[in-house]
Amino acid sequence: MKKALVTIAIGLAASVAATAASAQATLNAVKQRGTLQCGANPSLAGFGVPDAQGNWTGLDVEFCRAISAAIFNDPNKVRFIPLSAKDRFTALQSGEIDVLVRNSTATMSRDTSLGLDFPAINYFDGQGFMVRKTLGVASAKELSGASVCTQQGTTTELNLADFFRANNLKYEVVAFATADETFKAYDAGRCDAFTTDASGLYAERLKATNPDDHIVLPEIISKEPLGPVVRHADNQWGDIVRWTHFAMLNAEELGITKANVDQMLKSDNPEIKRLLGTEGKYGEAIGLTNDWAYRIIKHVGNYGESFERNVGQGSRLKIQRGQNALWTKGGLQYGLPVR
Amino acid sequence: MASAANQAPAKASLFYDPKVRGIFFQAILVLVIGFLFYEAITNAVSNLRAAGIASGFGFLTNPAGFDINQQLIPYSSSGSTYREAFVVGLLNTLLVAVIGIFFATILGFIVGIARLSTNWIVAKVSMVYVEIVRNLPLLLQLFFWYNAVLAPLPSPRQSINFGAGFYLNNRGLSLPKPILNDTAWLIPFAFLAGIVLTLLFRAWARRVQEATGRQYPVGLVGLGAILGLPIVIWLVLAAIGGTNPITFDIPEQQRFNLRGGMQVFPEFVALLLGLVTYTAGFIAEVVRAGILAVSRGQTEASYALGLKPSHTLRLVIVPQAMRVIIPPLTSQYLNLTKNSSLAVAIGYPDLVQVFMGTVLNQTGQAVEVVAITMAVYLTISLITSAIMNIYNRRVAIVER
Repeated sequence: MKKALVTIAIGLAASVAATAASAQATLNAVKQRGTLQCGANPSLAGFGVPDAQGNWTGLDVEFCRAISAAIFNDPNKVRFIPLSAKDRFTALQSGEIDVLVRNSTATMSRDTSLGLDFPAINYFDGQGFMVRKTLGVASAKELSGASVCTQQGTTTELNLADFFRANNLKYEVVAFATADETFKAYDAGRCDAFTTDASGLYAERLKATNPDDHIVLPEIISKEPLGPVVRHADNQWGDIVRWTHFAMLNAEELGITKANVDQMLKSDNPEIKRLLGTEGKYGEAIGLTNDWAYRIIKHVGNYGESFERNVGQGSRLKIQRGQNALWTKGGLQYGLPVR
Repeated sequence: MASAANQAPAKASLFYDPKVRGIFFQAILVLVIGFLFYEAITNAVSNLRAAGIASGFGFLTNPAGFDINQQLIPYSSSGSTYREAFVVGLLNTLLVAVIGIFFATILGFIVGIARLSTNWIVAKVSMVYVEIVRNLPLLLQLFFWYNAVLAPLPSPRQSINFGAGFYLNNRGLSLPKPILNDTAWLIPFAFLAGIVLTLLFRAWARRVQEATGRQYPVGLVGLGAILGLPIVIWLVLAAIGGTNPITFDIPEQQRFNLRGGMQVFPEFVALLLGLVTYTAGFIAEVVRAGILAVSRGQTEASYALGLKPSHTLRLVIVPQAMRVIIPPLTSQYLNLTKNSSLAVAIGYPDLVQVFMGTVLNQTGQAVEVVAITMAVYLTISLITSAIMNIYNRRVAIVER
């Protein structure tokens, strides 16, 4: 018994010490390891899901590939670690992953008391409800007395309580540990309504026994800015993640695509020259090479391409750009200038 | 040689005294362990601080902001704190553990005894049962029960109505909820009085039997006292006061669900079924082992004295078997309690689901939350062990 305790104590001390070391210089650790460890959603179509061959696809997954392309000039040096909503932040805090790109909502408490940072928002979302058509419900305000299935450890769980309390409605919550279990219980009739981020509702609906039997209610009850998450201590790493997103946005704004990026290298437009690294040393300033953005666009494409391919018109989800359009087109996606 | 005889035994150096050495080395070990714990804790605290992660137990008084469906104490997302969420989860764990232990014991004893039955069918059915539940992972069985409970039940609109306010649907079993009025405390009081009366009567009946050999129907009298007394009080109260001391809140069909009344959730039923059937398989084997440990001569002697088989089992075999059964039975009780944490897989809000799931995630204070949860399970297990040890001491052979 005593021996076991000593072993545990040594193990505990060692593991905590290891975490502290990895809080610094994530970039060096990634380069040394030769792969990027990326926390991903294993079951959300359009954002993160492995296909039958084990190839990961999705908007969040491509974001990880973009980081990998910027560092290694290879979008496939990523190891995806599937995480549930419940385990994701602990995995990041403990250094098991380098970056979490798992449709995670940026909130003040997560930013301040979890020791995390949200360097960018790659999808502006909001929480909604899905119900069976046969219930004849047209608005979330009619859900008084309903059972609602939700996933544990999410902002969804909290917004749900707020919404029903604010509108003075009664409800019964049934919380599950993973998104899959949550939706299965809803599909089996355990709940009247299923709630998660609106993008997730469309993705999960595809998994229903009869997707056409379900409708998404019009109310959006919260702001859900989803984005990649990094540890608070390492600012250089946070910069790399932030600028990976901005590079993809700026590329879209400047009309640079996966297909034309090589021709764009000859462009005279100074903004394009700075972004693609033919002018200035912007890449070196964040610890990468000057052609970092070129690599991202060459291997993954710009934000608009990635969006349409995974969740937009090129996908089964057919989600409109809406808030996620570029600022020039009335949306919220705004890439800070490279200069 | 007088001087040699007076000489005290050679005073060996303390260094070579085995007793002193033993104490010395144990003290060193304690110090080393203490140091390692101290280092681990201070290291963890300083690293959490360096990483900007909040630490300490202050979070327990922060508002929780999420809802829990099954709650034994008043709890709401608006005013309750994380500490109250913790208590809700803890009570849900204890609820399923206590009810589970109760039913697992009954089922386990029945199956264990049935496996030794001389009736071929009964023995084989018990054997098949034990082999199946013991050899499948519990998690798998829980998923099975959850789907088996959910799948065949109708939606709330097509609830099965048993009458008298009992409804069954895939949201669970709805039943009338008793609402106690002013004088209603007399009824549980009468219930307790019935138990006391029964115990007194049993003691008296035993004394009479030992003195005269006359037997009284203790069971029937007890049943009458424990059930009859509260009913009589109830009727009297209703007659005198003019109002019923207990009224019922009867569930009503609403748009989505039944409203009002009490509800037994399918997650609870599935978890209970899973834990009871699984643990009963192990208890059955413990019981069988205990009975087989009682020598065959005891049964023969008992028959020779003219006792019926049922009396032989109840009065001769089982009391002796209990001495063998209790220690492994205790560990099965502990297993059931610990296994209840698998509730997390089917959405039953037990301690692990609520506290290590939602609370941990919303606060991000993994070290504190995990430490508290571990301490709670340790406490529950140690208390269970202590109670079973006391009982074990009572049934153990008293050596003279």
